[in-house]
Amino acid sequence: MDTLNLAWLLIAIPLVSSAVLLLLGRASDAWGHWLGVLASAASAVLAIVILVQLLGLGADDRVANVHLFDWITAGDLTVSAGLLVDPLSVTFALLITFVGTLIHIYAVAYMSHDADRRRFFAYLNLFIAAMLVLVLADSYALLFLGWEGVGLASYLLIGFWNQNTEYAVAAKKAFIMNRVGDMGMLVAMMAMFATFGAVDFETVFGAASGAGQGAMTLIGLMLVLAACGKSAQFPLQAWLGDAMAGPTPVSALIHAATMVTAGVYLIVRSGPIFEHTPTAQLVAAIIGAITLLFGAIVGCAKDDVKKVLAASTMSQIGYMMLAAGLGPIGYAFAIFHLITHGFFKAGMFLGAGSVMHGMGDEVNMRGFGNLSKYMKVTWITFMAGWLAIIGIPPFSGFWSKDKIIETAFVGEGWQPWVFGTVAMVGAGITAFYMSRLFFMTFHGKARWNDGKNDLPGPERHPHESPALMTVPMIVLAVGAIALGGVLSIGDTFVSWLEPVTGHVEHHEPVLSVPVITVTTIVLVLIGAFLAWRQYAASAVPVTPPTGTVLTRAARVDLYQDAVNEGVFMRPGQHLTRTLVYADTAVVDGAVNGLGSGTLGWGERLRRLQNGFVRSYAAVMLIGVIGALVVVLASRV
Amino acid sequence: MSLVNYLVLSGILFSIGSIAVLTRRNAIVAFMGVELMLNAANLTLVTFGRLHGDLQGQVIAFFVMVVAAAEVVIGLAIIVSIFRTRGSASIDDANLLKS
Repeated sequence: MDTLNLAWLLIAIPLVSSAVLLLLGRASDAWGHWLGVLASAASAVLAIVILVQLLGLGADDRVANVHLFDWITAGDLTVSAGLLVDPLSVTFALLITFVGTLIHIYAVAYMSHDADRRRFFAYLNLFIAAMLVLVLADSYALLFLGWEGVGLASYLLIGFWNQNTEYAVAAKKAFIMNRVGDMGMLVAMMAMFATFGAVDFETVFGAASGAGQGAMTLIGLMLVLAACGKSAQFPLQAWLGDAMAGPTPVSALIHAATMVTAGVYLIVRSGPIFEHTPTAQLVAAIIGAITLLFGAIVGCAKDDVKKVLAASTMSQIGYMMLAAGLGPIGYAFAIFHLITHGFFKAGMFLGAGSVMHGMGDEVNMRGFGNLSKYMKVTWITFMAGWLAIIGIPPFSGFWSKDKIIETAFVGEGWQPWVFGTVAMVGAGITAFYMSRLFFMTFHGKARWNDGKNDLPGPERHPHESPALMTVPMIVLAVGAIALGGVLSIGDTFVSWLEPVTGHVEHHEPVLSVPVITVTTIVLVLIGAFLAWRQYAASAVPVTPPTGTVLTRAARVDLYQDAVNEGVFMRPGQHLTRTLVYADTAVVDGAVNGLGSGTLGWGERLRRLQNGFVRSYAAVMLIGVIGALVVVLASRV
Repeated sequence: MSLVNYLVLSGILFSIGSIAVLTRRNAIVAFMGVELMLNAANLTLVTFGRLHGDLQGQVIAFFVMVVAAAEVVIGLAIIVSIFRTRGSASIDDANLLKS
């Protein structure tokens, strides 16, 4: 178990690198980005070594607790910092470091013109380190440290170009909406401490079966809330689209390997808790189903290439959330889809970045078209990602998404029909909007000014990106093509995760598997064909048409921002205004009134002390008469 | 003749005395009002002594007279010295103790 004890190095390397880059400042500008790449790559190598070590062990020995040090000792609560090395966390560590390293390499070229490139790499390393803390933690407390770490890193990265107010606002929005979810995490941890007296996985999971239904449901629902915030699930998804303000490699990292996957990880990791709370499980599945359709619908209407990809992430994470909400039968498939999605989504984001690089940072797809002629590598790698995400066999996405759709059809009563249909229809819509993105960008007539035609807008000279950018894209495209199929052979991936997710007997879906698969593929082909007819075969208007009510609603994220503003922000503002008013009028009024009242009475009473003997005598007389009257009256 | 008449007379005298104290500005006259009130009180004491058939009332009345005599001595001395310094015997002029 030697190398497993070195698991802490996974986290330490990027963390130290990040600290070095931030502390050295401008002195490391010249080589800082390479240190960042090196740190990430070293972690990736270490993760592979740990994977090999685990593979060498029997399936039952693949769970190791690496105790690091006692972290918090407060009263009855003792939290030790330790790492949990098991198939699930190692899978995540591999995804994070491997895809992360590719994104680092890509970013060296993508950010080469940025004066603050070194700082960017420091943040990227911090992001990687925080995410590794999150997935390797052996307790909810340590997980929360990583949870907040990725929140901080995402804030720094989304707002990296914070000289632009709009970008700074986007970063703030992401940060604040994530904090809403974090409250769920905190409440869940407090409830755990109240129920079990501990927050480490081992104790909590061990005691979960003995706890009351109410406590378990509270913990479960709060964990779902936390996952909603981090994974941009309904109703906390509004930040994800705006988060596109950050540099493209950040989007790739947030969407593929880190951050948004944390919610799914949390649910799957907390499986033993969710087993005892069907309510929370159902809520997670419903949220997944809603978000999956929500994201897909929004994706159909956006013209900003990165925002379409963001909506697509939301929708795909919805699939994972749905699978995770279905219980143990879905856990492995949720993670499976997460892994394959990590590859093809990162690839597509990098592809989008490459297109932006060639088109002078243009993101409006209506200003693209026919780029396949100019950017061959980007086009082909993007095609791999596109075919993977819409689920064309034998690309990666087919294997993972099809499994989720199949699983959604398993169950009793209304659930399989609703969840299964939503997942299936979602696949069709996904095919439509991803094909729309693909065709609008790479096919059809060119809609940009190349200096020879008379189209409006600045002159563009699209060109292929440098090798530092294309090589990571090619590697990710290979993953998008083959990874799903390879891991599906003999259920390799599912049995690899079994020590964590538990062995699950095969369940029969309410429809037979071939029927589901064929129907899904037919829906996907119809979606892709409709997109092809509208966006490749016929001309695409450069100015977006008015569109139907649904299109207009989808363009503004189905009024999510307006709803948030109306339901949460405005009442909050009114509440604070009222409180401020109450403070000045009532509290200050009472205090000041008491002061001025005392002053006024003093002023009046002072006049009584006039020094006139006769007035004193009169007062005395009145007093005596008063006293007499009282005495006599009480006698009567 | 009922003893109550003495009490009524005492009340009338006390009222006259107190009115004199409250309304007259001249310190000497006010003083006379005080004396009148004291004597009204003495009359009451004597009457009550008579009612109870013992001497307590008369004895207390003697004490009052003694105290009143002492008071008059000191009071007149104060009035005379105020008159000397301020040229007035009006008690409303002498409000220097106010704040």
